[in-house]
Amino acid sequence: MSALLSTRALSKHFDGLVAVSDVDLDLTVGEVRALIGPNGAGKTTLVGMICGRIAPSSGTVAFDGRDITALPAHKRIGLGMAYTFQITSVFARLSVRENVALAARRRLAGGHVDSAVHEALAQVGLEERAGEEAGNLSYGHQRLLEIAMGLAQAPRLLILDEPTQGLSEGEIARFTGLIGGLRGQTTVLLIEHNMRVVWDVADRVTVLNFGEVLAEGTPQEIHENRAVQAAYLGTEAG
Amino acid sequence: MTRQTARILALHGGLLAVLFAAQFVLPAYHHGNLARIMVLASYAIGYNILFGYTGLLSLGHALFFAAGMYAMGLGIQYGGLSPAPAFLAGVVAGALISGALALLALRTTGVAFMIVTLMFAQAGYLTILYFGEYTRGDEGFVIQTAQRMLWGINLSDPVNRYFAAFGLFAISLSLSLWMVRAPFGRVLVAIRENEDRVQMLGYDTYVHKLGAMVVSGTISAAAGAAYGLLFGYAGASFASVQYSIFPLLWVLLGGAGTVLGPFIGTLFMFYLIDLSSGVTTAYMLIAGVVLVALTLFAPQGLAGEVRRRVWRGLP
Repeated sequence: MSALLSTRALSKHFDGLVAVSDVDLDLTVGEVRALIGPNGAGKTTLVGMICGRIAPSSGTVAFDGRDITALPAHKRIGLGMAYTFQITSVFARLSVRENVALAARRRLAGGHVDSAVHEALAQVGLEERAGEEAGNLSYGHQRLLEIAMGLAQAPRLLILDEPTQGLSEGEIARFTGLIGGLRGQTTVLLIEHNMRVVWDVADRVTVLNFGEVLAEGTPQEIHENRAVQAAYLGTEAG
Repeated sequence: MTRQTARILALHGGLLAVLFAAQFVLPAYHHGNLARIMVLASYAIGYNILFGYTGLLSLGHALFFAAGMYAMGLGIQYGGLSPAPAFLAGVVAGALISGALALLALRTTGVAFMIVTLMFAQAGYLTILYFGEYTRGDEGFVIQTAQRMLWGINLSDPVNRYFAAFGLFAISLSLSLWMVRAPFGRVLVAIRENEDRVQMLGYDTYVHKLGAMVVSGTISAAAGAAYGLLFGYAGASFASVQYSIFPLLWVLLGGAGTVLGPFIGTLFMFYLIDLSSGVTTAYMLIAGVVLVALTLFAPQGLAGEVRRRVWRGLP
């Protein structure tokens, strides 16, 4: 399998503070990869560098065999990445429909936009809220809207930053099913705190600790890894 | 969706129909006022595209208005141009100058953007004064009736002038309505709401803002050129900071980010000053109190209140 995304020695320093250090990450086409780690491990900084929101201090990012380290964010999105924000960042004063339509319109036009919007909203279960102002949605529904905006871009690589935060049990189950449905078509990089979700959907798991890759493997391998237990799952492993 | 579109077309087309018909019934005084208001409202429409829809507050639009006015006026006065090519020269000058200023000013945001646009507009104003030998500075120069014959039509005649002003306004309004409903305009609104997010949807926000500024500056310049042509005068006062503040006030009063707001605001403020100056010499006091009251009770502007209370789909 070929790598869709590769990072080499990717690092970010903020004035002496090392946020991410020498990360080599390879995502093969079609896999669902979970990125886990304690708070402050550098997960959001790492994906920020991958999608171009944060400039790396050193190292490279390659997408589909092409070095994209110098590309601005919008061009990386144009290549087929989509990023959903950890802190919901929807267009609060625009309708739910228009939020998703903005995501779809970059690649589609006319009636195709409407059907893509309808489909993405149906996938996350928000089709009945399409006419509402996005800012009036509950926090959990805004998270779902974020995901719908990601889906409407029909990305090759979907980066989700803590998508299940604030979702109800039923919504998490739906989300898990949704990611399962993408398997094989879309490569997914998922930052996630909910371990149940990670075990359910991830093909492989990368553990980040103090900005470094601590371990990488199948969910089973990670679960049994002593270093990971010590650093992250300590109490659960007990 | 189509019913919504039909309502929108009916409302905006209705306004144009009323304005077209108004000239047959209005007394001469208001007839002349309305022609002036339509030209100034076109200027406000241009301003609204950048401020109301894209969320960029410029304090330098007088530069574009004056660029259109002077490129037209100087073209007639010294280039021997007839009105049509002179008007075109004004429009082109506006497009070039707004494009050049956008390249510089869009490196900044927020307050810095306001200051940069203000400074360049002041530089433009001082340039007009500096070349007073040609521009006649503050005093300005008159464009003679004989120079204002467009294809045999005398633009200084009130009826023709009204038609010309109406034509400019109708084009500006339609363009603005079409643009804000088109994908390009939707992205502008999204930039106003959350620029960071727009970028992460894969849009080049810089290019979109550049486009918005050029369209905005070009419409403003067309209004400036038309103003000089229809009312027969070009002067440096139109390049002063006052003429950068006017469209901001009109748009704020009428409703920023609404298609009809610029016209409503211009009409309202024109007659507010006109009527209050008939009552007292301290008319600016009356105007000021009304403006304060409006910002207190209708902070979204008049059309903005209509959108908030009556019709959320108002473009």
